[in-house]
Amino acid sequence: MKGHGRKILVIGSGPIVIGQACEFDYSGTQACRALRSEGATVILVNSNPATIMTDPSVADRTYIEPLTVEALTDIIAKERPDSVLPTVGGQTGLNLGLALHKAGVLARYGCKLIGASVDAIELAEDRQRFAHAMAEIGLMTPRSIIVTTMEQVGEALERVGLPAIIRPSFTLGGTGGGMAYTVDEFRAAIAKGLDESPTNQILVEQSIAGWKEYELEVMRDRADNVVIICSIENLDPMGVHTGDSITVAPAQTLTDREYQIMRNAALLIIRKVGVETGGSNIQFAVNPVDGQLAIIEMNPRVSRSSALASKATGFPIAKIAAKLALGYTLDQISNDITQTTPACFEPSIDYVVVKIPRFDFAKFPGAKDSLGPQMKSVGEVMAIGRTFREAMRKGLASLEAKLPPVDKKWLDTDLSTPTPQRIYAVLAAVRNGRSLQEIFDLSRIDPWFLQQFTLMARMEAEVGARVLAHTNQNVSAHDWLRYKREGMTDAELGTLLQRTEKDVREDRHSKNVVASFLRVDTCAGEFESHTPYLYSSYESACEAKPSARKKVMILGSGPNRIGQGIEFDYSCCHAVYALKEAGYETILVNCNPETVSTDYDTADRLYFEPVTLEHVLEVARLEQPIGAIVQLGGQTPLKLAHGLEQAGVKILGTSPNAIDLAEDRERFGALMDTLGVRQPEAGMARSEAEALQVADRIGYPVLVRPSYVLGGQSMRIVYTPDALSNWLEVATEATPDRPVLIDRYLEDAFEYDVDALCDGEDTVIAGILEHVEEAGVHSGDSTALLPPFKVKPHILQEMKDVTRRLGKAIGVRGLMNVQFAEKDGDLYVLEVNPRASRTVPFLAKAMGLPLAQQATLLMLGKTLAEIGLTEDPQPKHWFAKAPVFPFKKFPGVDVLLGPEMRSTGEVMGVGATPGEAFLKALQGAGINLPTKGCVFISVNDRDKAGVIDVARALHEMGFGLIGTRGTALALFDAGLPAQLVFKVNQGRPNVADLIRDGGIQMVINTPLGDVSFFDDKAIRVAASAHGVPCMTTLSAAEAAVEAMQRARTGGMERYAVQDWLTK
Amino acid sequence: MDGILVLEDGHFFRGKRFGGEFAGSGTHGAGEVVFNTSLTGYQEILTDPSYEGQIVTLTYPHIGNYGVNPEDSESSGLRAAGLICRDYHPVPSNWRSERSLGDYLALANVPALCGVDTRRLVLLIRDVGALRGVIRAFPDGDDLPIAGRVRLDELRPGDIEDPRVALLAREAQVHPSMAGLDLASRVTCKQAWTLGPANARKHVVAMDFGIKLNIVHQLVALGCRVTVVPATTTALEIMALQPDGVLLSNGPGDPEPVTYAVDTIRYLLGKVPIFGICLGHQLLGIACGGKTYKLGFGHRGGNHPVRDLDTGRVEITAQNHGFAVAASSLNGREVVVTHTNLNDDTVEGLRHKRFPAFSVQFHPEASPGPHDSHHLFKRFAELMERPLSPGTKS
Repeated sequence: MKGHGRKILVIGSGPIVIGQACEFDYSGTQACRALRSEGATVILVNSNPATIMTDPSVADRTYIEPLTVEALTDIIAKERPDSVLPTVGGQTGLNLGLALHKAGVLARYGCKLIGASVDAIELAEDRQRFAHAMAEIGLMTPRSIIVTTMEQVGEALERVGLPAIIRPSFTLGGTGGGMAYTVDEFRAAIAKGLDESPTNQILVEQSIAGWKEYELEVMRDRADNVVIICSIENLDPMGVHTGDSITVAPAQTLTDREYQIMRNAALLIIRKVGVETGGSNIQFAVNPVDGQLAIIEMNPRVSRSSALASKATGFPIAKIAAKLALGYTLDQISNDITQTTPACFEPSIDYVVVKIPRFDFAKFPGAKDSLGPQMKSVGEVMAIGRTFREAMRKGLASLEAKLPPVDKKWLDTDLSTPTPQRIYAVLAAVRNGRSLQEIFDLSRIDPWFLQQFTLMARMEAEVGARVLAHTNQNVSAHDWLRYKREGMTDAELGTLLQRTEKDVREDRHSKNVVASFLRVDTCAGEFESHTPYLYSSYESACEAKPSARKKVMILGSGPNRIGQGIEFDYSCCHAVYALKEAGYETILVNCNPETVSTDYDTADRLYFEPVTLEHVLEVARLEQPIGAIVQLGGQTPLKLAHGLEQAGVKILGTSPNAIDLAEDRERFGALMDTLGVRQPEAGMARSEAEALQVADRIGYPVLVRPSYVLGGQSMRIVYTPDALSNWLEVATEATPDRPVLIDRYLEDAFEYDVDALCDGEDTVIAGILEHVEEAGVHSGDSTALLPPFKVKPHILQEMKDVTRRLGKAIGVRGLMNVQFAEKDGDLYVLEVNPRASRTVPFLAKAMGLPLAQQATLLMLGKTLAEIGLTEDPQPKHWFAKAPVFPFKKFPGVDVLLGPEMRSTGEVMGVGATPGEAFLKALQGAGINLPTKGCVFISVNDRDKAGVIDVARALHEMGFGLIGTRGTALALFDAGLPAQLVFKVNQGRPNVADLIRDGGIQMVINTPLGDVSFFDDKAIRVAASAHGVPCMTTLSAAEAAVEAMQRARTGGMERYAVQDWLTK
Repeated sequence: MDGILVLEDGHFFRGKRFGGEFAGSGTHGAGEVVFNTSLTGYQEILTDPSYEGQIVTLTYPHIGNYGVNPEDSESSGLRAAGLICRDYHPVPSNWRSERSLGDYLALANVPALCGVDTRRLVLLIRDVGALRGVIRAFPDGDDLPIAGRVRLDELRPGDIEDPRVALLAREAQVHPSMAGLDLASRVTCKQAWTLGPANARKHVVAMDFGIKLNIVHQLVALGCRVTVVPATTTALEIMALQPDGVLLSNGPGDPEPVTYAVDTIRYLLGKVPIFGICLGHQLLGIACGGKTYKLGFGHRGGNHPVRDLDTGRVEITAQNHGFAVAASSLNGREVVVTHTNLNDDTVEGLRHKRFPAFSVQFHPEASPGPHDSHHLFKRFAELMERPLSPGTKS
């Protein structure tokens, strides 16, 4: 128990952003648990409430506070830890650890950094020093030069040449990085990189695009034992960020001699950099022509790749790293999976792992979808198969991606330019018989992978040929097995054989061709495995050994994407915890390697499988659970509900029929009418003419969207018939099969999110969030406050009443989320989701209630009374939620918020007043409210009276006021000095110019309706580009002013979650 | 082109044939079936003389990916009796590749099967121990499942009736067992050969029980001249070569029947520094009074953690052995245990208490496997630098 008497502060990674996602919840949770299991007291700081790690039971003291030096200093002063572990919180954790050291905080409070030393962090991160260090141990790095000013551009060009890669220091996911092929691009990329790097330092590097790319996950202990956990080979060659590459474990095309050269280099590097304990990730490039080895970079911390390596091998890197940080050595730690052998070994695997990134470019129209050194993917899937082909097919099935049309005409540039679509272009080229040499010349994808694709195509052709041969209806058991052993899904086989997926499945099942499940055991079968961590294949023996216990299957949420991320994994994990406690065996099915749910420690039995009907049914067939939980994992499992039910799998909780009742507009509309609940006028259109007619009846502006979508995909607010026609042309099509939905847009309304628990009869309101933005901004993108702070009591009461009535009428058993809008004193229901929403973890944290666990018990048939929930809980503090956006990764996209969700993550702020909570949430999201300067105010007529108090408060704090004509006049009338400025379309210099020139530090701009929609947009785009906070509602402005007043009073209170728990 | 592997206990595994010819019967394509868990290094494994008489199952599913190159063989040719793998593709991808693995196997007439459910085969061997087996051709498109067990005598639950397969199982049963078999004499060189400069500082005589080339290369790289001599070379013949050190090489199978070498080692002890590897380590153990025994399924792979008891350090080692020195047999003997395996506590290294002689069960030359233990060759070189301790006759 080396942790005994130790007090360790763990830094989390904050909100989910591109390049830093829930893999750090997985690693951080593992680390906290490992430290506590060794007797240490753990203090955790993370601003992200949607994490398992911020559950009150994971650490001893949990602070959901902004990840800033200021907040951490307060917490260190309060809790007095003896050590800080910065290596499990991604680049954010590492940077903060370093910042705390540099600010002298660690020294002042006698804290030491564990896991990685300051020297090691600096050496690994400072690219010039790293290059020197590599040269000292005889390893090659690409030619490079450090640039700190634009004056060095010429020198850099001469030294490095073109093409070049520009990499800013100390940024995560390569933010601000880019490739340059021309001198102009070279200049532009350097300017941008200098701007992005917090240290104003960038590395300009010789491009070795096209080389083979590899990664090794390395661990070292204080006794200098070093092991390699996993090797990874990128299918996409150098030039694409590894997070955006399809990657394969283990390495496929290296001989042992070459692999050992790489391994030796890794050992030299981890020793040279001086990572004394813990895990590191090292990236290599290999010249495919002569095998020359180059070192790309080293991360002295757990990473996305280490999470992948952990899931790929069964070796829990973060957990072991935490124990090593306490002073254990690898040989003192046992391998959980074999139980008889130590963790000091190198895993061997007898399967192939494929990781495929998931992109969401559709959310960012205008952004180029080409991939480069800066990461752009929002999630990933991992698939395990006995062969690369099987794993690849499972991976593609796991992605839930929209496939390009079969007859799409691909161009050579589709092969040569890395994009999310390239894999499909390559597969199509192989299918069409294009020579592998040509495909290789264009894509530089290693011929081995191309050969594998050829085998895949060949098998497809063989299956497809059965149609012409009229043997598609009588496939023998032998052939089914051959096809399934190649990894072909029932859906793929169905398409090729011109049969339904269901028919394929039933046919092969009748011939006893069923999945066998094999174990991920770290040792390729050499030792017995004690953890049921399984994947499917079509081999001859099944190792699952299902128990005879009462069991429940929980379906995970698949790859992270915008609108469906960590929040759902959080809820799935909680279902597991609740079921375990209630005495059920838990079976989890998921394919997202970044998650806590796919830790072999979470559920009793983990099936690392695509969350598709086929794969889930194979698990159900074997395990025979009493039922499946589909309402916690977002749309992915929800859309399987019907299929599962039809196949005889019971859906626990809210029935598929009830889910359908809420999703089906017509059925739902009828229900609303019966209940006498108001909805914005709405209609459905199956053609453009019909759409224009419906919009005309409802009246513009209208909110339009395709039916059955997630996260508000392609949703728009349109103000004119022309705009509607345009949207129909660009974004979607109205067809009889796929109608579009048209709602009245409630302009300038207040919006609320209500989450509730229902047992079929009674309902408990778990919490009500008031959006700070105007209605029309997707709830996932809204800044919101709990409890509502501007709501009228009767509206509050009405929301509760309506929610209760809805719960009962729909027959919800479990969680329900209702979105309301209030306009001019009238309450409207915007949406009802009879499932866990994104806000569940936020509310659970704020209320101190395990909502997803309680919901799980309700799904099992318990009543609210039986689980002791009879009253609506009340929060003990004020809580604010603020989203974070990836706009920096997609230059040129429209930053204006709308009904389509685009945030990747969120933070929580907690305070004694709404202002304090709001301030912390903004700080957590990286938005800094100004302390001095000028505030631009432009509000609609309705808000003119209300804004006076806000303006006065700003004036009293010493801010200058700037307004457009109407608002400025209103301010003059109230006796407030205000400077007049042009609107964007009135002349120059206008407000946007002023923002660009740094003359405005904050914007208060409430929507003025149709006419000024574009003016508002220009202002907000300028504000966003220059990091100027922008308040778009009066309530937001009020909250901001309160926050600014709070900020002036100095020190913040820091609240530990454990102190506000209900009970 | 289907094929089948049938084991002595009636288990069978079907696959696709590649590589060498498939014999109808006889010893070709017959041997003890073992598995190796290395992720890389099939060329080194299949050319390692220690696999003489064994059918090697590779646990990593994709084999042949990087082809075969002129540099990575561990002997003059293929040594394994057969190869079993999950997946094989004939077109390799690597800048050093000279030919495909299938062609290489065909040249040496070593039969191989791919498409085999190797996971089940490995779990079987793990649970019941190494088994003898034969690989044979089998009719394409036959209805027999991809793996299973046939009825031999008594009907066991799950047995399939298939006289064809049962016959092959009988064939496996009559194949000679590894225990008690002197395989070293089959693989040792017929004549002595030398590598390294004539004016080298040190001269090492390597007793060849099935030596891997990289052992010789490692010694040459340290400035030695190495004379590789047949296993049956006598102590007097070895001393006549005026060695500065004697290396006892790795080799296949059971050390017990290699009695001639034990006598030689006993004579050499104290007269010249000795370094034993793998079979050579077992022979040193026996020469010092120890006993060896057959492990259930052996250690074959590149990820075995071994602790150096002197330094406490753990090295990840390459291993390939089915027999081991019994720790209990060393009590009161003149050797101490210097290394142990962290997985199962088996003896991994020995040192003589009085004489300059040491040995390791694992393969410091790796190839394939991690290079963590390369330094042991230096240790041997240092031992050769030191004068023999007083009291020992030269």
